[in-house]
Amino acid sequence: MAYNLKQVVAEKPSRFTAGHRMCAGCGAPPVARMVLRALKPEDHAVISVATGCMEVSTFIYPYTAWTDSFIHTAFECAGANASGAEAAYKALKRKGKIPEDQTTKFIAFGGDGGTYDIGLQSLSGAMERGHDMVYVCYDNGAYMNTGIQRSSATPRFADTTTSPAGKVIPGKMQNRKDLANIIANHHIPYVAQTIAVNNFKDLYEKSEKAIYTEGPAFLNVLAPCPRGWGYNTEDLMKINKLAVETCYWPLFEVVDGKYTVNYKPKNKLPIEEFLRPQKRFKHMFKPGNEWMIEEFQKEVDRRWEELLNLEEITNKEQE
Amino acid sequence: MNIDSKTPMEDLTPGGDIYEAGNAREFKTGDWRSTKPIYLSEKCKQCGLCFPVCPDDAIPVGKDQKRTDFNYDYCKGCGVCAKVCPFGAIAME
Repeated sequence: MAYNLKQVVAEKPSRFTAGHRMCAGCGAPPVARMVLRALKPEDHAVISVATGCMEVSTFIYPYTAWTDSFIHTAFECAGANASGAEAAYKALKRKGKIPEDQTTKFIAFGGDGGTYDIGLQSLSGAMERGHDMVYVCYDNGAYMNTGIQRSSATPRFADTTTSPAGKVIPGKMQNRKDLANIIANHHIPYVAQTIAVNNFKDLYEKSEKAIYTEGPAFLNVLAPCPRGWGYNTEDLMKINKLAVETCYWPLFEVVDGKYTVNYKPKNKLPIEEFLRPQKRFKHMFKPGNEWMIEEFQKEVDRRWEELLNLEEITNKEQE
Repeated sequence: MNIDSKTPMEDLTPGGDIYEAGNAREFKTGDWRSTKPIYLSEKCKQCGLCFPVCPDDAIPVGKDQKRTDFNYDYCKGCGVCAKVCPFGAIAME
């Protein structure tokens, strides 16, 4: 069935309710809600969330913003939790303690801190052991929950509280990790990088594929943070769009090792367009700092080329 | 749930478990709002761009696939919906 946003929203219930305590204009709740909408309404879900904004503000005792079973876990455990629950479910099903016709899906959410850094080993383990689960990383590019400390997902030159831009250092000094490719190299059935743009088609379709692909799947989703990135709160969707149009955040998926780049902008915008609205990159536009923008652009171009090459190489082998 | 900061420890649920699904709905976040979106229904073309972007699920969509006025119980006034509306059917004040 072709994707129809209005139909999806009208007919599928919201499994991530209002009344959560994420900031106004946060980029993560629309992502979580859309990912869960990809579930069939009759299926159950077990959700495990690594410590981060999404965990601490959606599950404040005695309230939960999730209509599915939810495991409030520690920072490094989202992958391990979901995989353990999935293994228990399989065992119970084998013993006939869960009705045959009942399906439960296992979804883990993590921020970039809980995924790129602290939860990487439990995520890697869960992916390698081949559990039937989905791990969704909502990447907001720093430890926003504790006050904007740099993580390995923070782009180079970003100003954070632990990499302050000034006379001594030009913001974060290292390049960001490319997690989707790291997980793709686990050779699991499905890995995708996506973002909430336009009518959320890309996000929804990839979530559906990830959830209903047998075996481990991983989604990496960019979720802007108005507080940490310093853009105007209402510009959420503009920032998302610019991230895609500048190729800072390419949309691609890896199905059984084959790369597909889902969107190739006709006119790739210069990276300045994406950097300018964000206060964390403000220092890059000061006279004398042009080299920073050049370096940033070079890195984006290099990764984009690499991705296009990967697409070509992995599709050639199959022919 | 009738639990607040004055509830004695003995009356809390074991393990801090929550038995009600999605009961955050009881917690109204509307009082966070400093600017308020106004829905101008005569300009609205029901294009559907605004409802998925709302972080707070404050744009109700009926079974007829049409949106109705905002749910001010939850709207935090972020203004993301007004910005994505191509028809100017959401004004912020």
